[in-house]
Amino acid sequence: MAFNHKHLLGIEHLSDFDIMTVLNTAESFLEISTREVKKVPILRGKTIINLYFEPSTRTRNSFELAAKRLSADITNFSKLNSSTVKGETLKDTVLNLEAMKADAIVVRHSCAGAPYFISTFCTSHIINAGDGAHEHPTQALLDAFTIRQEKKKIKGLKVIIVGDILHSRVARSNIFLLKKLGANIVLVAPPGLIPEELKRLGVNIDYNLDRALEGADVIMMLRIQMERQEKNFFPSIREYRNLFSLTEERFRRANKNAIIMHPGPINRGVEISADLADSVKSVILKQVENGVAVRMAVLYLLLGGKEREITD
Amino acid sequence: MKLLIKGGRIVDPASRIDGIFDILIEKGKIVDIKSNIGTQLAKSINASNLIVSPGFIDMHVHLREPGQEDKETIRTGSLAAAKGGFTSIACMPNTIPVNDNQGVTKFILSEAKKNTSVNVFPIAAITKDQKGEELTDMADLKNAGAVAFSDDGQPVYDSQTMRHTLEYSKLLNFLIIDHCEDKNLSRNGVMHEGYYSYLFGLKGIPSSSEDVIVARNIILAEKADARIHLAHLSTKLSVELIQNAKKKGIKVTTEVTPHHMFLNDSDLKTYDTNLKVNPPIRSNKDSKALIEAVKDGIIDVFVTDHAPHTPDEKTVEFNEAPFGINGLETAVSLILDRLVNKKIISLEKFIEMISLKPAHILGLENKGKICVGADADLTILDINKEIVVDVNKFESKSRNNPFHGWKLKGSPVMTIVGGKVVYPF
Repeated sequence: MAFNHKHLLGIEHLSDFDIMTVLNTAESFLEISTREVKKVPILRGKTIINLYFEPSTRTRNSFELAAKRLSADITNFSKLNSSTVKGETLKDTVLNLEAMKADAIVVRHSCAGAPYFISTFCTSHIINAGDGAHEHPTQALLDAFTIRQEKKKIKGLKVIIVGDILHSRVARSNIFLLKKLGANIVLVAPPGLIPEELKRLGVNIDYNLDRALEGADVIMMLRIQMERQEKNFFPSIREYRNLFSLTEERFRRANKNAIIMHPGPINRGVEISADLADSVKSVILKQVENGVAVRMAVLYLLLGGKEREITD
Repeated sequence: MKLLIKGGRIVDPASRIDGIFDILIEKGKIVDIKSNIGTQLAKSINASNLIVSPGFIDMHVHLREPGQEDKETIRTGSLAAAKGGFTSIACMPNTIPVNDNQGVTKFILSEAKKNTSVNVFPIAAITKDQKGEELTDMADLKNAGAVAFSDDGQPVYDSQTMRHTLEYSKLLNFLIIDHCEDKNLSRNGVMHEGYYSYLFGLKGIPSSSEDVIVARNIILAEKADARIHLAHLSTKLSVELIQNAKKKGIKVTTEVTPHHMFLNDSDLKTYDTNLKVNPPIRSNKDSKALIEAVKDGIIDVFVTDHAPHTPDEKTVEFNEAPFGINGLETAVSLILDRLVNKKIISLEKFIEMISLKPAHILGLENKGKICVGADADLTILDINKEIVVDVNKFESKSRNNPFHGWKLKGSPVMTIVGGKVVYPF
């Protein structure tokens, strides 16, 4: 199984073959998490640092469990409990952690490009767990995995991504990935939150959610970032909800077997009605479940665990 | 001791002279220009196959002293200038403390006199502490030696304050320089806003943040019938606004840096903090428009906006790095390679934009020209010399230059200030 990359910094520079390799590898890891003893010794003796400069629930725990299920040792770093608050630079922080002999560093950072920057002076494998508004590659991989699981294909599907596209790393990584695998993508949001220039990536843009929903197979909702409200991207949450919230009534416009996805965290009742989020149409918790297998696959492919050892 | 420059090709845009002549220098002035001057009693420099130009003037430099001597000092910045072919530099007032009073202006001039071999001309602040509120004592500062006024990276934001500044500038023909940026439009931005900022996930600085202030300044300059110099132009629309203003006879001049002409936003794909500069490196469309504007005479002068920062300050996340490019030692080779040697502009045009015009705008009467009686500030060029940019060989204290490793054709080889050879050292 060839995956010739030292790091996973983003989806943009992966080939469709690379992506399929990760998805297929994840397929074989899925079952491990359902065992009574959820552990295989593939990465025994490997050390992974889970480096978080931004809050995270899903990604951080998902990587931690993925590492543990592969028997790697993992240590968690979070900015607030670190010397970063004493003014230590990112470079010094990473070099110090690496000096403890890490094999891989999983990094979440609010600045776009931070994982790339780390990769320029580190010898470890670097995995981007989300950098600013740039990329969140493992999220896109687990989203694609979930779509494939539900729909049995990706090519030719109509995928709509609704919400704060401008600030969303999830949107960028998904656009790159789903375009490579042949999906048709429509981005939906108020105009100020969708840069027209993104059309150069081969996506369509629609400001009307009702229209975009017609014929949609996959509806990917993004959190509306309340903290950016002051900036007048749209007038109020109330008006946003009226125009862009996914409700039962709106959802009927989509294809019959359409699925609803969300990378989390959800603002219930804002971008999506609580009932829909909890309905059978929603695969939100499936995404989370699959995330562990996808991250196991990424760690395995990068850290070079021995092939087919997973049958244990 | 007299100095004789023999056999060089003299290119002087002021007199339209372009030919092989000797230049005799005595007591810091040019005393004779003709063919075959005898060599008795003079130290002779062989300039055959070289270009002899009036000394280059960079009217937009940050020397960091007083206050940030870890980045640069007046001395190291001047050495960088001499090596880069500049005989005169004008330094921006954003020192710590700000150059907003005679004390700081005189400090800069006295340090320059003690420690440097090139001419250093301080630019004073327009407003106290660059805060955009109270005007500095401009006549006083001019008496102390300030050649121009600017709040540097802080545009004069309040339009009423800018209006008063421009009106007051007519008192003694002060030169007002403004950095055009609407800080609301550019807030938190770190690179040019466009396709690539969306792709790289970096917050954009839209072209409009420059354009709206360029337009405002033109309107205010016309109303006040005052002159204004707009710093480091970066956008296509700004070029068009200035072209239109010049047609109407409004007294606006402007400048451009090599990095805005020769780089564009797609280059930021590696998140190289040496490419982080304000105004940002813009799109291909903008950089092409800037080069066209140079050809068409809409842009008046070349500058470096030399902005040294230490390696530690630049070795951080892109968002955290300070803005600025270290440019004194690469500007001349970049322009010779990319514009002169590629025949986009003539050598004469280049010299006009890097010597004659800045001298004229700054009011330096005896500089920017080669004639009997002029200051003996000369830059000697070898337009065929091939170099490779190596930031580790910089005279500047800092290394933040994105052209490291570029192969360029054309280089300054000797810098003469007041009749003394100041480079090679």
